Parts: sequence; structure tokens; C-alpha cells
Amino acid sequence: MLGAYLPILLLVVISICFGLGALVLSSFVGPKKPSKVKLQPYECGCEPVGSARERFSIKFYLIAMLFILFDIEAVFLYPWSILFKKLGMFGLAEMGVFIAILLVGYIYIWKKGALEWE
Amino acid sequence: METIAMPAINFAAIMPETILSVIAMALLLINVFVPSEQKAYLGYLSLIGIVVTFFTVIGGWGTPQEGFNGSVMQDNFALFFKGIFLVSAALSILISDQYMKREECNHGELYPLILLATCGMMLMASGTDLMTIFLGLELLSVSLYVLAGFQRDSLKSNEAGLKYFLLGAFSTGFLLYGMALIYGATGTTRIAAIASYVAQNSLAGSNLMLLIGMVLMAVGFSFKIAAAPFHMWTPDVYEGAPTPMTAFMSVGPKAAGFAAFVRVFVIALPTLRADWADLLWVLAVLTMTVGNITALYQKNIKRMLAYSSIAHAGYVLVGFVAGNAVGTAGIMFYMLSYAFMNIGAFAIIVLVGKKGEPNNNVEDYAGFGFKHPLLAVCMSIFLFSLAGIPPAAGFIGKFYLFSGAIQAGYIWLAIIGVLNSAASVYYYLRVMVFMYMKDPVEEFDWLKVSPAIALCLIIAVAGVLIPGIVPGYLLELAQKAVLL
Amino acid sequence: MVSLHSYLILSAILFSIGTIGVLTRRNAIVIFMCVELMLNAVNLTFVAFSRYLGNVDGQIFVFFVMTVAACEAAVGLALMIAFFKNKESIDVEDVNLLKW
Repeated sequence: MLGAYLPILLLVVISICFGLGALVLSSFVGPKKPSKVKLQPYECGCEPVGSARERFSIKFYLIAMLFILFDIEAVFLYPWSILFKKLGMFGLAEMGVFIAILLVGYIYIWKKGALEWE
Repeated sequence: METIAMPAINFAAIMPETILSVIAMALLLINVFVPSEQKAYLGYLSLIGIVVTFFTVIGGWGTPQEGFNGSVMQDNFALFFKGIFLVSAALSILISDQYMKREECNHGELYPLILLATCGMMLMASGTDLMTIFLGLELLSVSLYVLAGFQRDSLKSNEAGLKYFLLGAFSTGFLLYGMALIYGATGTTRIAAIASYVAQNSLAGSNLMLLIGMVLMAVGFSFKIAAAPFHMWTPDVYEGAPTPMTAFMSVGPKAAGFAAFVRVFVIALPTLRADWADLLWVLAVLTMTVGNITALYQKNIKRMLAYSSIAHAGYVLVGFVAGNAVGTAGIMFYMLSYAFMNIGAFAIIVLVGKKGEPNNNVEDYAGFGFKHPLLAVCMSIFLFSLAGIPPAAGFIGKFYLFSGAIQAGYIWLAIIGVLNSAASVYYYLRVMVFMYMKDPVEEFDWLKVSPAIALCLIIAVAGVLIPGIVPGYLLELAQKAVLL
Repeated sequence: MVSLHSYLILSAILFSIGTIGVLTRRNAIVIFMCVELMLNAVNLTFVAFSRYLGNVDGQIFVFFVMTVAACEAAVGLALMIAFFKNKESIDVEDVNLLKW
């Protein structure tokens, strides 16, 4: 039973060896000329600004919260869309109710100004 | 293309839930579209919603409705509990307005949240599928986390919300794991199907997975009803939460927890009775004793009522352990009278406080009886009822819970219950000693009774005294609602 | 084939890791992540049973657990932000105003 996993185990072992090998080899063979610029943390090629441990604006949290809420509801749409034809009009109506409830929440956060950045 | 046959929907089975959630959503929108400093009208609208729902609950009495392929069952048992939830929601809304205005946290979201929490409780009471019960529980809990932390600027309220949230989510994990194991052991989440599986398989009693699932579910429910040793969150959350919300969450969620607890254990797992009755016996004794002994040492009256609510969960567990008709009717009667007496007591606590100074210590009540005799009489009635002294409803409730236990042969449990009840008299009476036998320190001149709170107090006093003096009618209702 | 037992043991281990995390960690967000781990361990149990029993109920349950976990996450984050605004910390050692 476990024999079926042997190829996967081999793959894991080989990939670890390959990764480690490349790292070890380059640390021995590669030339090292460290300079101040080279040791800087990499930030998309731009010069780094400020500390990396800076606090984020609280607005990001708000956006994240709202995203989680509205994102996860899509999970109920997938099974429905697969069975869309079989469920017929009744399924459509039920989904309409579901979306309408979400819409109430959406209108609420919109009017509350949670979607404004400033 | 063949279509999938829709299961029987039967909206009559979820009528009260539907009405409440539609009203909650409407209030949410009204709150943002009609900007107004006065949020009281939202409270009145939600009260109208609750009254309408209450009438559908009364209208549904006696005609059990099953719906959604057997995952919801609105029987008399569910309806009785729905009545309790609606009463507690209405009374809490009545005391909210004055408090929230005083504490300058008069956000309109309060009322939709209370309605949604009530909706969750109702779903718990009528859920006959582990899934429905779980969803109801979560709708209730998530709304309550927000309500506990409702005073955004108060650190205490923040703490209460955060603590309640972390521990509540933790306990949900246990409840869910229990449900998963029971699903695995029986192959279904329907309570009726679990019951027939357990009845058909005589070996089910020795099925380890089923037993572990049962114990884990008991842990999850015990947390919700605040039974020791899963009660640690209760005093902190009750103290920190806004007082009207403390009143709400000390009654509604407890009753909802008991409704689901009783339905799952009595209907789904009757053959494992011997196992869970022993478990709950220990839980009941522990809960009563821990609650009462700790309450003796409390100076803060909100904390004292929190520990007393733990003790009351213990008394109700006694009726649960008894498991007979008398005990179960006792649970329902007791939860209803507990709604009146506890929320009434919290209404007085709201009145005694002022902005920034909650005046929650027992000493703050010194001489209250001389300054405001009428309010002090109300408070005394509630405290008498909580202590279980006749002629208040609390006495009749306790009497039924304990006599149920005696009939079922749990003599010792009843004796421990009575002893505990006697010990509890001390800390309830201490408040009365301060009210009537100490010289007033304060003038209580800030105290103003709004019409809403006056109405709440009148209803609560009537709800404590009338069933206490003529309990026949309510007891008959409760006996008709028993599940057995 | 991986047997049902392996899945159950895995989810039990995950659940225990989550429980231990809740009891030992001090950062509220990490505690909540441990709770999420517990919920997902339960989801694994449900899916494994659902597959084993050939019964779709367990998978439906998982859908609802996922949604509920998202709602809890949103509410939890909001409560933590509110607490952080007043206290400048989300360490549970600082959740200390209410004590007996």
C-alpha cells in the first residue's frame, strides 16, 4: 500500500538534495565581494524605504475583513452553478435570495463608508 | 435533463426566524439610509418585529411543523424556547436605549445584532440536524461577540469581546469535533437518524468514537451554558460587556444552549443515557457549587450575578440529569422565569449607574431603599426570586427541577441542589441588607427612569410574581412542550 | 489508498496542535490561527468520513464550517483592532482588566 508512495518519496529526496547541493556548491565555489548595496534587503529593485517592521494602516485590516466575508460566499455559488440546470428556477430563486442578503450587507458597508480609502 | 427533486421546504417551520431576519436586515438599511441622532426609533421598530414574531410563535403552538428535509422541526418544545428568547430580547432592548445613550455609544447596529442573535437561538431550539444547530449557534455567538465588545471606546468592553471571542471560538472547535465524530460513527447528521442508528445497533454503547463525540459535544454545549469547569469566561465577559447586553447574554444564549443540549442528548442519544447522565451529574454538582461559593466573595454586583448565573445553570442541569417530564418541564419553566428575574435585576443595575461610573459595587447600593423605595422593592423581588424564596417564580422553578430529580431517583443531587440554593441566599440578601439597612451615602439624584425601563420593570415583576403565585397555566404549557 | 485511520489520526494530531497552541500562545492573532487550525482539522475529519461513508452530508457541513470560520475571522479581527486601538497591544497578557 505504502509502496505506491515510493516515487513521491524519491522525488522529495532528489529535490531536497538538488536544492541543498546548489546552495552548498555556490557557497564554496562562488566569488564573494560583499558591498553595502549588495547586502541591502531586496525590495523589487527600488531603494528600501524605512523599516520593514513598519505598521500597516488599519484600513488594510478593514479591507481584508470585508474581502474574507464576501470572498467565502462564492463557495456556495460553485455547487449551484454546476447543478444550475438541474436545480431549475427554484435554485435560481434561492440563489437570488442568498445574493440579496449579501447585497444588504454590501449596501450597508458602502453607505457606512467602509469602502472609502480616505 | 432530469431535475433534482426538491425536498419538502415548508416555510411554516422557520416562520419566526424568517420574520426576525428580514426585520434585522431592514433595520440595518434604515440605520444607514435615514441618518438620525435618535436611534430609539430603531428600538421601537425591532420591538414591533419581536411582537409580530411572538404572535407567529403563539399561532404555531400545537401544530408541529417539520421542514427542510427534516433538518428543522418547530414543535412545542422549540416554540416554548422561542418565546423565552423573544421575551429576553424584548426586555433587553427596552433597557438598552437609556444605557447606550448615557454611555454615548448609541449605534443603530445594536438592534439588528440583537435580532440576529435571537434568530440564531431560535434556529438552535428548532434544529433537528447537527448542521442547523451549529449554524444557529454560530449566528448567535458571532452576534454576541460583537455585542459584548459593543462599547468601542471602553477598554473593558473591548476585553470582554475579545475574551468571549477567543474562548467561544475555541469551544466551537470542540463542539464541531464532537459532531464530526458522531457523524462518522453513525453516518448521518440528522438527530432522528442518529437516534435510530443508536437504537438499532446494540453495540453502539461501546462505540468509542460515538462516546468521544458525545463527550466533546457536551464540552461545547457546557461552554455555551457556562457550566463549570468551562465557565471561566463568564464573569469577565459579563462584567465587561455593556450591562443590557450582559442581561441579554445571561439568559438567551443559556436557554438556547439548553434547548439544543437537551434535544441532542435526549432525542439522539437516549441509549447512552447511563453514560451522559453520570457526566452531567458531576457537571451539575460542580457548576452549582463553584458558582455559589465564588459568588459569595464577589463585591461587584455584575460579577456576582455572573457567578449566580453559573449556579443557575447548575440547577437547570439537575433537571436535565433527571430527564423525566417533570425535570424537563422544570427546565423550561425555570429558564422563562430566569429571563424575567435576571433581566429585571440588570435593569436596576443600569439605573443605578451613571456615565463613567457604573456603581457596580454592592456598597454603592447603600440606602437605595430609602431613596427609591419602589425600585428597591422591584430589586428585592428579583433577588428573592433568584434566591428561590416563595412566592416568586424562581421558587416554583427550582421546586420542579429538584422534584424531577427526586422522582428520577437522584436524591443526593436534589439535596446538593437545595443546600446550594440555601447558600446562595446569603449573597442575594447581602444586596438587600445594603439597600435597606445602611445609611445612604449617595443621593441617587442622577437616577432617571425612562418609560422603556419602567415598562421592562413592570413586565419583569409581573413575570416573576404571576407565575410564582399562580404557576398552573405556565407549567401546563411547559408540560405540553416536553420532548419525551 | 490511504486508509480512513490515517486521515483520522492526522486530523486528531492537527486538532491537538491547535488546542495546545491556543493554550500556550500569547498573541491573540496566533491564538485565533490555532483555532482555525482546529476547525480545519475538523473539516478534514468530516471530508474523510464523507468519502468513507459515501455520504455527502459531511462535505456540506464543511462548506458551512468554512463560511462560519470566515465570519468569525472577520469579527475577531474587528475586535482585535478595537482592542489594539485602546491598548496598543494584542498580547493576551495585557487582557487583564477583568479579573477576580
